[in-house]
Amino acid sequence: MITLADYLVVGAILFCLSLAGIFLNRKNVIILLMSIELMLLAVNMNFVAFSAFNQDIAGQVFVFFILTVAAAEAAIGLAILVVLYRSKQSINVDDMDSMKG
Amino acid sequence: MTFEKIIFYLFATILVLAAVRVITSRNPVHSALFLVLAFFSSSALWILIEAEFLAITLVLVYVGAVMVLFLFVVMMLNINVDVMREGFIKYLPIGVAVAIISAIEMGIVITGNFSGDKSPALVRKGADYSNTEAIGQVLYTEYLFAFEVAAVLLLVAIVAAISLTMRKRPNTRSQNPSSQVIVKKEDRLRVVKMDAEGKGS
Repeated sequence: MITLADYLVVGAILFCLSLAGIFLNRKNVIILLMSIELMLLAVNMNFVAFSAFNQDIAGQVFVFFILTVAAAEAAIGLAILVVLYRSKQSINVDDMDSMKG
Repeated sequence: MTFEKIIFYLFATILVLAAVRVITSRNPVHSALFLVLAFFSSSALWILIEAEFLAITLVLVYVGAVMVLFLFVVMMLNINVDVMREGFIKYLPIGVAVAIISAIEMGIVITGNFSGDKSPALVRKGADYSNTEAIGQVLYTEYLFAFEVAAVLLLVAIVAAISLTMRKRPNTRSQNPSSQVIVKKEDRLRVVKMDAEGKGS
């Protein structure tokens, strides 16, 4: 029998891996965006698991909206990335220092 | 160990391995493809607890649209992979340490509160139960406003993405068909009257 803890542990491992991915690939914006997608997947995993085990469909409706927002976020993030690449010919995070922040 | 549990562990293992390869692979194209594998495995895990609609949505929307967009951008940009890998080794210890510590913390909380008898039992629905219908029933009644806001959000995302990436190129040679069509004979052709040259003079 699958328990709720199984799904939550998978979600937690996925979340920690994407956290490590943000630390490791901090120069590469594309991998950073992919890590964010992975993190959202971990969150969705928890939502679906709680929704299924607690017999409450609201969690799955929420996942639906998270998917919508994540798709919009990915589209705009990649659009910004393309504009950045056109102006700097690079997607290295270290090159994004023109505002001297 | 039941068959269900074996399937769960199989797909969970594939999911975790794919996630590891996403963050460690050298080539961003490989990362994107492993992310596709991760989405497929998690959609299988969702089907296992009868969230069929979201599982299919994950494959269609994420693998079909978002990951194709990722692959498109990764392949369009000319990325110097070796420069990107700088700092990978330098940040490896702290990244792994943070990940392991937070994984242990979450593991303690989860296994202490939701494992074994404390887990609510999974009630299997009958064959006539439709997950899609159940989501649709609440999505178009209780969550109608949120649904419409999500639609507007997608529209805003479309407009933003197009307006960010569209550009006018000054030096391209392109034809303007409307000005080609409205041109008249007088605009281009000039008849010059001149005397015929005399013979021998």
